Amino acid sequence: MDSLFTADEWQAIALSLRVASVAVAASLPFGIACAMLLARGRFPGRTLFSAIIHLPLVMPPVVTGFLLLLAFGRRGPIGAFLDQHFGIVLAFRWTGAALACAVMGFPLMVRAIALSIEAIDQRLEQAASTLGAGRIAVFLTVTLPLALPGILAGLVLSFARALGEFGATITFVSNIPGETQTIPSAIYSLIQTPGGDGAALSLTVVSVLISLGALVLSEAIARRATREGRP
Amino acid sequence: MTLTFEAEKRLGGFALEARFASESGVTALFGPSGSGKTTIVNLVAGLARPDRGRITLDGTVLVDTAAGITLPPSRRRVGYVFQDARLFPHLSVRSNLSYGRWFGPRAGRWGDFGAIVELLGIGALLDRQPRDLSGGEKQRVAIGRALLASPRLLLMDEPLAALDRARRAEILPFLERLRDEMKLPILYVSHAVDEVARLADQVVIIEAGRVAAIGPVGTVFAEVAADSETGAILTAVVRADDGLDGVTLLDHPAGMLQVPRLGRPIGTRVRVHIRARDIALAVGEPGRISIRNRLAARVVALSEQILDVAVTLDVGGQPMLARVTRGAARDLGLAPGLGVTALIKAVALDER
Repeated sequence: MDSLFTADEWQAIALSLRVASVAVAASLPFGIACAMLLARGRFPGRTLFSAIIHLPLVMPPVVTGFLLLLAFGRRGPIGAFLDQHFGIVLAFRWTGAALACAVMGFPLMVRAIALSIEAIDQRLEQAASTLGAGRIAVFLTVTLPLALPGILAGLVLSFARALGEFGATITFVSNIPGETQTIPSAIYSLIQTPGGDGAALSLTVVSVLISLGALVLSEAIARRATREGRP
Repeated sequence: MTLTFEAEKRLGGFALEARFASESGVTALFGPSGSGKTTIVNLVAGLARPDRGRITLDGTVLVDTAAGITLPPSRRRVGYVFQDARLFPHLSVRSNLSYGRWFGPRAGRWGDFGAIVELLGIGALLDRQPRDLSGGEKQRVAIGRALLASPRLLLMDEPLAALDRARRAEILPFLERLRDEMKLPILYVSHAVDEVARLADQVVIIEAGRVAAIGPVGTVFAEVAADSETGAILTAVVRADDGLDGVTLLDHPAGMLQVPRLGRPIGTRVRVHIRARDIALAVGEPGRISIRNRLAARVVALSEQILDVAVTLDVGGQPMLARVTRGAARDLGLAPGLGVTALIKAVALDER
């Protein structure tokens, strides 16, 4: 296998998987909360809230990355606060790459979860409440399990999005081998290097395989969810 | 057990304004669909909130708008069996049944899992999934699930309405055992006369969001209960079976009837069943209308019911019962001896 990839390329693959996993895991609780608000909430400014969540889907990734840099850079308001009080630095770190990926994948995650929450028969939740379950218990025992197909689909989608994220990542955390160089940035670097085409191609194959796997997985989840059906 | 109910609620163009009290046993809320029965039950369960009102159960205030008290459904200990069983699709039958056991205080818990499973005859279903159950089985599991949450009052909103005749017959005995063995007070919503007559001790008749009558089933319900859904069972003779319109014509002394094509020989005697609610009455020539079945009839007697007027007719020597509103009876000037035309919307063969 050593002949297949250089140490740098292995690093890029491992880093990509780590960044994507952390991004998805860290954004899941927020994703579920926002999906609940979008699917069930009736409050003023709901449309604006929805628009802001979906913004990364339509904005140029470079713009998102630059906004992240402005806010989370060492001199940015949030970045400076995190640095001074918690010693957390995101800019030019792999954690920053995870943040960029989380933001870019967030709309996809929220959408998938919100759709499946909307599909839940709220009369089942009423039934649960007449059986003695309070609001939190209803959420944990009825809403969440019934939204599981959507949550899994959202996880897969945002994971795939995170693996492919390039523009926001390179703008926010640059392209540092071993720290922030994910598969897409590594491919980009290799293409810029004379004689790097071969290595770029093998990383491309890896990227295609991972993406394909994610799609097949999400298909399987969706099919399983439709088969289980709703009452 | 005493439930006192007094509430007002507006829902769009519909206004509920009802007040009643019910003691232990089975209290039936009876009335036509859309009269507000389900709204009342939802108010008791806490799934809806009254605009104004006060509901108490055994002295516990469930809701009191004047005092600003609203107990959430989860703390009312009021069980609810819905028309559609609403079993949790992601849980097995066993987990559905024990769902309510996770919540609420241990004190005041009653009902043994095994005993209730045995009472409802669902022991063989425990490891199945709700989607694999028949309608009747689902409803029995839903009843068990509500009981195992140890309610102080059980609400049943037309629990049999979604089931066919055979399934209803399968569940009714369980409901009777529930009433007799569990000693649990039940508020039972229905618009089926036979169910109410069989199960209820007390009847509250609901009409257009108001309580029209209330009392023991024997007195309040005597007239309604005596009535059946049947308007008439007539004997007729097949006259023609080759209709281009796909119908068979039947001869009856009072006129001609059309039924969907039978394919029986001409001259065969058949019995047809006509539901009371499919019969309309006209005085004089009814004019151009779509109803083809018109029988000449004579009013024999009128009897004022709780919800409408029952008109007994003589059609060619056979009895027929039609139900009309009080207003219609007045407008038509219905009186014994008056000749009318019975317009029949649907005729079914009586295969019994």
